[in-house]
Amino acid sequence: MTHRTFSRERLLRKDTALRLLQQAVLIFGAVIMVLPFIWMLSTSLKPPTEVVSWPPRFIPLHPTLENYQTVFQTAPFHLFFLNSLAMATVSTVSILLTSTLAGFVFGKYRFPGRGFLFILILATAMVPFETYMIPLYLVMKDLKFINTFPGLVAPYLIMSYGIFFMRQNVIASLPDELIDAARIDGANEWRMYWQLVVPLLRGAMGALGIFAFMQTWAAFIWPLIITTNRQLWTMELGLGMFQFRYSVELGPINAGSMLSILPVLLVFVVLRRNIVRGIALTGMKA
Amino acid sequence: MPVHRSSATISALTSGAPLGERIAWGTARLFGINRFELSKRVFAYLALIPILAIYLVLRIIPILQNFIYSFYNSTIANPRASFAGLDNYASLFQDHLFLTALRNTTLFAIFVTLFSVIFALGLAALLAGKPRFGGFYEALYFLPVITPMVPVSIVWKWIYDPTYGLLNYVLSWFGLRPVGWLIHAETAIWAIIAMSVWKVIGYNMVIFLVGIRDISESYFEAARIDGANNWQVFRRITLPLLRPILLFVVVISTINAYNIFTQVYVMTSGPQGAPGNAVRTVVFDIYENAFRYFKTGYAASEAVILFLIVLGLTLIQFGITRQREE
Repeated sequence: MTHRTFSRERLLRKDTALRLLQQAVLIFGAVIMVLPFIWMLSTSLKPPTEVVSWPPRFIPLHPTLENYQTVFQTAPFHLFFLNSLAMATVSTVSILLTSTLAGFVFGKYRFPGRGFLFILILATAMVPFETYMIPLYLVMKDLKFINTFPGLVAPYLIMSYGIFFMRQNVIASLPDELIDAARIDGANEWRMYWQLVVPLLRGAMGALGIFAFMQTWAAFIWPLIITTNRQLWTMELGLGMFQFRYSVELGPINAGSMLSILPVLLVFVVLRRNIVRGIALTGMKA
Repeated sequence: MPVHRSSATISALTSGAPLGERIAWGTARLFGINRFELSKRVFAYLALIPILAIYLVLRIIPILQNFIYSFYNSTIANPRASFAGLDNYASLFQDHLFLTALRNTTLFAIFVTLFSVIFALGLAALLAGKPRFGGFYEALYFLPVITPMVPVSIVWKWIYDPTYGLLNYVLSWFGLRPVGWLIHAETAIWAIIAMSVWKVIGYNMVIFLVGIRDISESYFEAARIDGANNWQVFRRITLPLLRPILLFVVVISTINAYNIFTQVYVMTSGPQGAPGNAVRTVVFDIYENAFRYFKTGYAASEAVILFLIVLGLTLIQFGITRQREE
């Protein structure tokens, strides 16, 4: 009896030690993951003299928001922010519209060429953007879209994963009987899309919409090549360029960086579960 | 769903219907489909046409054109000034800048994949045991994945700063002398690898976590009853059953790593960074040749090489997926 309690106690103690070790590893990892963000925030709140103080301090002695003003004075960051917002919004709306429509058609209609067209759309997703950005640029040049908003947003109007994802959702959540019933009630195909499919896909649209927004917001190489006019720069491009020119002023750069990750951060905090699950389910690239 | 075609329906539909509809119906009958089928097909095609048009202009044509451009000499005004045959490809393999870029990118892809997969696997194994605050850790590890590359590159550049950087400060606790991480050719690529691993760990971790949670609990229980310890369970149960997902993550990570550009551009190509060509990557080389020197054809041939590498990796991935389904 005593022997048994003793061994159980030992086992328990070993278990606790293991748990503590696990927690220690997880905490260490979490600190490394979060530290750069805290450092960014901390730097953005420091007056210039404190930025380069040694040893570095995480909590500013005299925290100030002045960097958040300076950043708007050194470059038109309000404009960059609005451009990013407009670009990401147009892209998100377009991706949601095209993905639900094409997903519905590929999921529920039989017509000649269906398999081929679907594979074609998926195949383009496997070609990295960087390998065809030169001809794309030349296409935009022919369309006179260089240095215009349509040129900036064009590559982000469609998303093959989105079509694939919506097709899966349509197949899973829209029974054929429901479509047939609607048809017998005299609904035509367009009305069916608006009144049946779109409301049904609301959840999936939320998940895809977040992705589309984040992906377009983070775009860098395309805005870099398609815009030379500063008026069209996005937040990412503005920051990338700004840090070359004012490489000493770390406070404002980090304030700008904070502003650029803020929308994404907010969305993430609110909708964390959907985002992580969405990525896991679809294998979508973040 | 085919609607039953009786002669009564046909006559009802044809007799009183307006001419246009009758013509449509006639055409449909010619192809052996009924009226409902026709209206469905009309909708399907009408809905897809604008979408396919966008695909044609923004994806399919550029993808195909890239191959064509790669066989031409170009000038600023004309990307197809004269036919060059395989000349671009021939000079590609004598261009030491391109070869350096290819070597760097391969090194980068191998090590980012290696480290991110190992760390992600370890973290996923820990989190799969449902530790306390598991969901919270999951979210924190995922944070770098969702944040845009430019701001995080900026803050990492600052962390790597030779004089005031956080990294050198932490290392000074251990008596190490400050290092100009991004300035020295030998350390720059490793600094960028470390930062990129940090950025993608969370993504790989989540995929592994889903994979581990998909493994039936009964395997783990059986192993425990047989007296297996944690390491043995991981080594003998988790890892073999996770193998297809592991290979999938390895391929995806490698493909993504081959397209590296933004962090290199932000962290090393400014007036303060940039040790010559120590961190030149393939996409950077493409960008510079196409948009700084306007050597469109030459850059297109580089893009073809990148395309072929990614294609090879994609085919490997298809092979794996098929294996998994069988």
